Amino acid sequence: MFAAFDNFPALLIWLPLVGGILSFFMKSEKTAKATAMFFSLLTLGVIVTNLFYTDVKYQLLNQVSYVWLPGIGASFALILDGLTRTLTLLTAIVVPIAILNIPAGRYKNPNIFYGLMMLTFCGLMGVFMAIDALVFYLFWELALIPVYFLSSIYGGEKRIKATFKFFIYTFVGSLFLLIGIFYIYLKTGSSFSIVSFYNATPTNAEQMWVFLLFLIAFAIKMPIFPFHTWQPDAYEQAPTPVTMILSGVMVKMGLFGVLRWLLPMFPYAAKAYAEPMVILIVIGMLYASFIAIKQDSVKRLIAYSSIAHVGLMAAGAFTLKAVALNGLFIQMFNHGINIVGLWLIADLIERQTGISKISELGGVAKKAPILAIFMVIIAFANIALPLTNAFVGEFMLFNGLYQMRPWLAALAGVSIILSAIYTLNMMKNVFYGEVAASVNSFTDINKVQIGMLTVISLLIFVLGVYPTPYFSMISETVGLILNKFGTN
Amino acid sequence: MNKYVFLIPLLPFIGFLINGLFRNYLSRALVGIIGSGVLIGSFIISLLVFQEVTAPGFETQLIKYFDFINAGGLKIPVSFQIDQLSALFLLVITGIGSLIHVYSTAYMHEETVPHFARYFAYLNLFVFSMLLLVLGSNFVVMFVGWEGVGLCSYLLIGYWFGNNNYNNAAKKAFVMNRIGDLGFLLAVFWILQQFGSITYAEVFAKAASAPVPVITGITILLFIGAMGKSAQIPLYTWLPDAMAGPTPVSALIHAATMVTAGIYMIARSNVMYSLAPISQNLVAVIGVATALLAATIALKQNDIKKVLAYSTVSQLGLMFLALGVGAYTAGVFHVMTHAFFKALLFLGAGSVIHAMHHEQDIMNMGGLRKKLPITHLTFLIGCLAIAGIPPFAGFFSKDEILTAALIKSPVLYALGVMTSVMTAFYMFRLYFLTFSGKFRGTHEQEHHLHESPLAMTFPLMVLALLSVVGGWVGIPALFAKDAHLLSSYLSPVLGSANGEAHHLSHSLEWALMGILLSFIVIAILFSRRLFGSNFKTENTTEGISGFFANKWYVDELYEAVIVKPLDRFAAFLGSVVDNKIIDGLVNGVGKAVQFSGRQMRLLQSGQVGSYILIMMISVILFFIFQLFWK
Repeated sequence: MFAAFDNFPALLIWLPLVGGILSFFMKSEKTAKATAMFFSLLTLGVIVTNLFYTDVKYQLLNQVSYVWLPGIGASFALILDGLTRTLTLLTAIVVPIAILNIPAGRYKNPNIFYGLMMLTFCGLMGVFMAIDALVFYLFWELALIPVYFLSSIYGGEKRIKATFKFFIYTFVGSLFLLIGIFYIYLKTGSSFSIVSFYNATPTNAEQMWVFLLFLIAFAIKMPIFPFHTWQPDAYEQAPTPVTMILSGVMVKMGLFGVLRWLLPMFPYAAKAYAEPMVILIVIGMLYASFIAIKQDSVKRLIAYSSIAHVGLMAAGAFTLKAVALNGLFIQMFNHGINIVGLWLIADLIERQTGISKISELGGVAKKAPILAIFMVIIAFANIALPLTNAFVGEFMLFNGLYQMRPWLAALAGVSIILSAIYTLNMMKNVFYGEVAASVNSFTDINKVQIGMLTVISLLIFVLGVYPTPYFSMISETVGLILNKFGTN
Repeated sequence: MNKYVFLIPLLPFIGFLINGLFRNYLSRALVGIIGSGVLIGSFIISLLVFQEVTAPGFETQLIKYFDFINAGGLKIPVSFQIDQLSALFLLVITGIGSLIHVYSTAYMHEETVPHFARYFAYLNLFVFSMLLLVLGSNFVVMFVGWEGVGLCSYLLIGYWFGNNNYNNAAKKAFVMNRIGDLGFLLAVFWILQQFGSITYAEVFAKAASAPVPVITGITILLFIGAMGKSAQIPLYTWLPDAMAGPTPVSALIHAATMVTAGIYMIARSNVMYSLAPISQNLVAVIGVATALLAATIALKQNDIKKVLAYSTVSQLGLMFLALGVGAYTAGVFHVMTHAFFKALLFLGAGSVIHAMHHEQDIMNMGGLRKKLPITHLTFLIGCLAIAGIPPFAGFFSKDEILTAALIKSPVLYALGVMTSVMTAFYMFRLYFLTFSGKFRGTHEQEHHLHESPLAMTFPLMVLALLSVVGGWVGIPALFAKDAHLLSSYLSPVLGSANGEAHHLSHSLEWALMGILLSFIVIAILFSRRLFGSNFKTENTTEGISGFFANKWYVDELYEAVIVKPLDRFAAFLGSVVDNKIIDGLVNGVGKAVQFSGRQMRLLQSGQVGSYILIMMISVILFFIFQLFWK
């Protein structure tokens, strides 16, 4: 029976789901938004509360398993651990911001919009908490399907083409994932539970190719070069709230998949593929960073910047070094916060000017000094300046790369120079300089927007200066992953 | 005193927060008082710290606050190290910082209050970062401060952000510094790997037992960091452009403090550098080459700030020369005296620019001696100090550097001497063109000429005094035995092996000093003849002078060899590789499957959309139903 509300995972599934379904039935935009907002904040509240219930004695509150499809050995099993807390917390921060940022009257049939947003929210929660492969797969799809609809119904001019590309990519990924899951399932002797998946012990030869099935699904999601071309189009064409969720949270589905499923399931293959993977990813980082320099669309610039930053995280995962995994955990959260900040600002500018081309903007700082301050903070978090959150994560990730191969760290390090170039270019051309015609009647941001950006800025600084509590939250989970590799 | 050390950086940080957050609500006077007050507070505490450090029986103090990172085998504490070196830098930073803050209250008076507050917020934030840089007890805290000062430098160069040239200069500064920072970062990782720690004390204690190639690698990478921050070849071209910032910023950040961070870093790591002769030689060669290159460019610049900027690059080169030949004390000594006279010169230039209503071209100046008596006199002192005329401050530190260079190699010495002679020449060219002869500007400018207010002239007078007496803490053994107070003060950190005097006979030293001084005096006299009272115009377009005036075309070279090709490469990756090849492949696959046409129609038709929606919801309901069904 899953009708229980006496534990955290169940609440985290139910609240967004109920919120989503209720939103569907709301008549006015106001009530639909209020409903979605209420339930997403409630979910956030539950996760924040959970941060005080991490002790082992609360295990029954944090890990549950319900009978589901006993005939095939699938149970509805969920867990809240360090990795999960990282990502559910991130999701529960991003979704309310994405919803709150939607201006009235922006989308037709707003009840459907909010409902679908909340369903994605629910799907993401499930993906991150699942410890049963079938549940994982179900939620993996559940998180994606509403996004297809949101993008194809509410997106920009070229939304159909972009959504279709996104759909094909992820569809192919899902297919591989499903095949991989069933292959391992047959090995386990009829159980989908994560423990049996970990202990399925495929032979080394099997590992080498089943690993690739999972990897492709996860690599597309992140995305890793050369599986990335859906992303700039999707980010550009999807409605902004969806882009926020896509870039802030959904790319972490891929990283999460690597951490929770891929690495522990195939330690042999992971070691064997580690170095070629890291090399490929580092090339992709530089590739995306170079392309970002030449982008004239704010959105595409952020997209390529994100490919580079996520690439660093992916590379860190495959170094299999303790310091890199710790850095990766915190950087998944940080990247989500920072990129949502960037989208928020890009959206605030586009909403007022109708323009997202860098070359047609200019001088925003003169018209909106408060917005400019937030932009400086978030831009420098994007280039990982010390005392911002991203420095902590990226420092550790680069350190892990260095431990693996110093020259790889040096090569990947070029991206920190390139990120300064494209981020400051954007700063300069959009915010500084003479006021462009398009910006002439620009007004500074309102209190709600200040509030959202303040939350983001505070997270940037707090985690940038004192990340210790975060590390103590994740240390156990990181240790479990590393145990599979006999290090630390 | 340890209990209060944290206040030294914290006070400016509080100033930053107050002026930054409440800039729309504070009055101009309050902004100035807060901005300068916090610095003076830090200066007073720094004085107390200095007093403690100089007391007999003092030992290096480590003050740990909390762990910045402690995860995955990586342990980085936030802790400060109080010793002779950091205490000296604290004094220089907060002392000169205070003067420049006070000066700024008058210099920036044309700004509206919110921008005035923004200026002070940035300046306070800069001092905070700079203090972190020198206070840190490990390489990561230094790096945090290191990048922090880079940020503030960026913000202050682009302070007038309406001007795109300024914004480009700001960006250039940050990016070039980042190139160096990558070297620094890799050095930190290497140190971590080799020593398992990034704390100075632990690293330096183990350094001697590490393989020499490793130490060489680490020190070269660190030096790459220093090249960026301290504007050495090949990463120096940002500093002259950085003059786009307000003049007090140039004085504080781009002359007295931030750009000396590289010297601080190497002096701090002197144990490692002394173990790596290859790195030392590299530092010395790059240093002297930069010194010479920048001096030749300074000969032909007409912008008052650009002359000073190239002069700064050149003087920094001399400091690196000192470090490279192992004369760490001499390097730090010159940091200190240079901070005095270069801050003085920049602030003096600011006073001139202020009087001239933002005119910076010395071709349009002249004869300002009478109208700006205090500025004139203090500027003259600054010129004498930088030219190395005894008993002014620059004489002692520069002499010490050159002596150390001579012990190492006559070539380094000769190049150092050439730099010094050129320095005297171009500084007095600047002096004469500005202050003597006839006024060459417009009538309107002439009409407005005025001496600056006390808030500006007071710092000038203090710095002028320091530029006179500042060198007296380093009297060489040649003049008096055991009179080099600075050397004995710094010896616990830098060692006493400065090499000086032991290898050279006193008579040789006297002779060389005499020759050098006569060269310098000749250079000044020559400069006076050319630019003194009868100056008309100068041809700076042809031949070698054109080459110097155009800065050896290095910017153009970088543009053609690095920037443009990379730009084209990036464009190629974006438009050809990504768009045509990879995306084309993907789209091709999509079409091949013959999927696209149908699928697109499905998605486009709203009705089918709703069908799938209903289907999806049914699937969810099915699974939920399964869950309850038992």
